[in-house]
Amino acid sequence: MWQFFHKLGSPKWFFGIANRLMPWLLWGGAVLLLAGLVWGLAFAPKDYLQGNSYRIIFIHVPSAFLAQSVYIMMAVAAVVTLVWRMKLADVFVKAAAPVGAVLTFLALFTGAVWGKPTWGTWWIWDARLTSMLILLFLYFGVIALGAAISDEKSSARAVAVLVLVGVVNIPIIKYSVEWWNTLHQPATFKLTEKPSMPIEMWLPLLLSVLGLYLIFGWFACLRMQTEILTRERRTRWVKELVQAEGN
Amino acid sequence: MASEARVRLRPAHEAIGVLPAMKAVFLRDLKTAFRQHQDLLNPLLFFVMVVSLFPLGVSPEVSFLQQAGSGILWVAALLSVLLSLDHLFRHDFDDGTLEQLVLQPQPLFLLVLAKTLAHWVLTGLPLVLLAPLLGVMVHLDGNSIAVLCLTLLIGTPVLSLIGAIGAALTLGLRSAGVLLSLLIIPLYIPVLIFGTGTVAAAADGASVGGYMALLGAFLVLALTLAPFAAAAALRISLSNS
Repeated sequence: MWQFFHKLGSPKWFFGIANRLMPWLLWGGAVLLLAGLVWGLAFAPKDYLQGNSYRIIFIHVPSAFLAQSVYIMMAVAAVVTLVWRMKLADVFVKAAAPVGAVLTFLALFTGAVWGKPTWGTWWIWDARLTSMLILLFLYFGVIALGAAISDEKSSARAVAVLVLVGVVNIPIIKYSVEWWNTLHQPATFKLTEKPSMPIEMWLPLLLSVLGLYLIFGWFACLRMQTEILTRERRTRWVKELVQAEGN
Repeated sequence: MASEARVRLRPAHEAIGVLPAMKAVFLRDLKTAFRQHQDLLNPLLFFVMVVSLFPLGVSPEVSFLQQAGSGILWVAALLSVLLSLDHLFRHDFDDGTLEQLVLQPQPLFLLVLAKTLAHWVLTGLPLVLLAPLLGVMVHLDGNSIAVLCLTLLIGTPVLSLIGAIGAALTLGLRSAGVLLSLLIIPLYIPVLIFGTGTVAAAADGASVGGYMALLGAFLVLALTLAPFAAAAALRISLSNS
């Protein structure tokens, strides 16, 4: 166990593992996401109230789900950075932050597109929407701070502190639909309760959420590999790797 | 800058207690600030000017100002606290006092707390005292002004405490000012929402107890956690330079 933990600190070891992991993540994710989307967009039954416009849920919910999960993953990595000073944790934070920002934007955008036919407005200053907007700002802040500090070590730790401070927003997003009486509907997925939608709608949604998770894993690995190569460009193993690629 | 205003440094075995050390840091910050009183005045002038932009820029109608007044005052107060944050650690960072503070035997987060409180007394408190005057200028009624001042009294310390984290994180960076705003504004939004929400509830004749309790909870949370984060950020920024 501890040996595994120590190995995780080695960028070279992670690079190899990521290489082996990435095809599985990519193909698994692509199959699940495609299955979920095709099933959801083309075959799932029409909603009796919203008609076909509800189908954007198959993009909206997975990206909103991921947007929050990515921040929580970043927070865990931030703790690891601060406590164990592990380089890879910071590589993950730097690699995941822009992806999280894009997912948050996607959730807000698809939400706006969905809001127009159902609520009659693109945007409303409701608690769930506002707190997601704050999440987007937090992602921007993390990216900006990381870019502003040139020293690698202090950049890692400063960003970790900021990520941890921003974590207060996550429970606010999660419970905003329960604490305030908002226009946004309550959570779609609950572990403890039976889903409120029929299984033919719920299952493709689950598939697309899982698929997007895997795709995110693949993309995070790819971005981490790039970041590792840039950071370790002066080491021997990277030089050898690049030479082997070149031949 | 006179040397007696600095924190007197002693060897560790003669270290003074935690509370006297906090008091010394607090009083020193007040003293050095009052010797450069223009710096104290600037956030207040900014506050007044931003508030006066709204009647001129949007609408001088009494009905509009009555509705938007508390929000305008809150946003203006938030922005002037944001502008003043750069001073919180900057001078001490430039002349090396901050490094001495970090080396003190007393826990750093308590010294940071003392500095933050001094910052609030120098910027937040004057804003609260100035708010009734501006409240009258935007046609708020007496009850709304009283509630507004109360929310500012509870809210501005939270702004200073959260801001200390951002100020510490961006210490010594190029273009720290813009970056600081970028990092801190998202964290200010909840305080703003509940601050103005309280005044709106009071104007509707609803009970403000729940809102006040939430603002108080923000203050307690910020008081207990923000100094730790700011102290950690200070150590990072100092190790960077």
